[in-house]
Order: sequence, then structure tokens, then C-alpha cells
Amino acid sequence: MLRVDALREIYPELEQHIVVTIMGAVAAELYALGHRPNFFYMEHSMGLASSLGLGLALALPGRQVVVLDGDGSLLMNLGTLTTLARYRPPNLLHIVFDNSSLVSVGGFPTATASGTNLAEMARAAGVPRVLEAETPAQFRTAVTQALARPVMTTLVARVEASGPASYRLDLDLLENRFQFKRYLDSLRSSS
Amino acid sequence: MPVSLEGARRIYEALKACDIKLVSALPETWLVPLLRLVEADQEMRLVQVAREEESIGIAAGAYFAGLPSIHVMQNHGFLAAINPLVSLAMLYKIPVLLLISYRGSWGERDPWQTQGGLLTEPVLRALTIPYYCLRREDDLTRRLKEAQALALSALHPVAVLLTREVLWEDEEP
Repeated sequence: MLRVDALREIYPELEQHIVVTIMGAVAAELYALGHRPNFFYMEHSMGLASSLGLGLALALPGRQVVVLDGDGSLLMNLGTLTTLARYRPPNLLHIVFDNSSLVSVGGFPTATASGTNLAEMARAAGVPRVLEAETPAQFRTAVTQALARPVMTTLVARVEASGPASYRLDLDLLENRFQFKRYLDSLRSSS
Repeated sequence: MPVSLEGARRIYEALKACDIKLVSALPETWLVPLLRLVEADQEMRLVQVAREEESIGIAAGAYFAGLPSIHVMQNHGFLAAINPLVSLAMLYKIPVLLLISYRGSWGERDPWQTQGGLLTEPVLRALTIPYYCLRREDDLTRRLKEAQALALSALHPVAVLLTREVLWEDEEP
């Protein structure tokens, strides 16, 4: 499965939710599908997208938060799985695109290429629901399932190690930051 | 030589006065009584992290969501969190209120704390993070409120250091 096909499959849902992505291919591909003020592309701090998503989900219990993580990023902050499992906000969906590669930096294989299993690690950490997907149809079903019944979920999606032609977003990171903050402020003032 | 329960209670009251609703922390000896008070408070959410770096991500999420938060760690944990302070909090202009136990400074008896003690203030200065070392006679609420105000107006991390004299009851020397 191509990551961009998986993203295209769930874009209508992502449009409606608070979305945090890691940097690199994921950010560029989601941006190319169509930017929204409720999308935050974390262009650094590898590993912390899920921590940022946890802060959002705990602070905004009435809103669905979707984190788009990757194997390289998650491996840099494995402790996050134990923290997500411990506080398990039901409004948090943690999607991990696993391409067994640091594709955005030129393709060094990560530990998942030699047998590390992130879904099993999430289960062993105590994440209440762990799903896996290898095709766009499975991915679609898993996301629908995760959003339908609110239980904190980690979804590990196997994708090919390919990225977009360009990683540039036509959006300054501070512009994204202030737009995202203003969007969340407007949610609070309207609720 | 116990941790000062009075010191912990004064800090907790200062956090209440700052309307803090989320406290992320990695517990250590000095911080346990304070974190027990936070844990027992129905209006506060304690999030215990596995590594201090996570706290900076959580801080950013809480800030975006408009929830007042503070992030409690030992100074060695602060040293572990330098990269996200730089490449998340400072890069994205996110206010982060840090409450750091200042081990390895005046009166320290544990040799293993001393190297981190020597480096804490120089590293804070190198990062351009404004900091204040709390003293026992300080109005803690005022100092915490000032740190919170500066973080929010500067959109920058600000640190309050918890010194031995605030958090520890030494025997007479």
C-alpha cells in the first residue's frame, strides 16, 4: 500500500478532526491532498507527535484527535506507547505508517526491517486497541472502526518505502502554528 | 532529612493560584509530595511520562488546546529534554512552564547529582530560557504567576527552579 493512497482513503474523516502529523513524507502528502486549519505538521522533534496528540486529546475530550506517526519517529520515543496506554484518551487515534525505512532522509532501514513489531509493542505497552492494516481497504475499515467506538487506538499500517517528489510545504511553520492555534481557540469559543 | 511537606504544599497552592489544570511529570524524590497533592486534586490532571521529552510535546498540545499546564522534572530531566525545547517549543514559539528540581546545587550531598547541578544554569542561559531560583522566603504564588505570564507573552519556555531550601528539610549542620 502507498501511504498517499491510505491518506486519500481517510481524507474525508481527517478533514473533520484535529490532525497532527510527523515531518517529511506524511506531512507533504497530507498537505498535497488539501491543507486545512485543523492540520498541524510537526516539522521536527521526531517522536513527539503522539505526545502532542496526547496533550490535545486530554485537553479537548469532546474532540477527536488523529496523530499520523511513522516507524522512525515512534522508535525515537517508544516510551510514548506506555504513556498513551496509561492515560488512553478515548478520543485519540494514533496511526503509525510503517515503511521500515527512514525514507525522508534517504532510506536507511529502521529496526522494523529486521523484525521489530510496533503493533506487538503497542499491545504489550497496554494500548487498549491495536489494529493493523496492509491494504487501503483494511486501512479504511480500521479507521472507521476506531472512530466509531471511542477507545484509544494505535493503528499500524504497512506502507511502501516511497515518498513524494517534494517535501516542501507552501506554508511557513509558524503560519501553520498560529493558524492551528486560532482554529482550536475558535472551537472553544463556539462550544 | 525528609522532603519538605510544607514546601510541597506551598508550591501546590501556587499552582492552584495559576489555574494549572494539567501537570506532566517524571517523579523524583524531591517532587513526590508535590505530585501526590496534584494527583489527589480532582481539578488537576497528572500525566506521568516515561521520559521528560514527552512533557514538551504534551505541553504543546495543552497550549494549543488552551489548557494551562506546567511540566515538572528534575534538572537532569531538563537536560534530557533540550532537543524538544529547541526544536518544538522554541522553533514553534510555544510557551512552556517548567518546574525543575535543582539537584546538585548548594548543600547537595549526593555526588551523582553534582555535574548536572553545575550545568543547569549555564544550559538554561545558553538556551535563552529565562529562569528564577525560588527561595524559601519568596512569595511562591507571585513568582509562579510571573513565570506563567512571561511564558505566555514571550511565547517561549520559562523555568522555575526548586532549590533545596524550598523542598528539603536539612538536619542542623
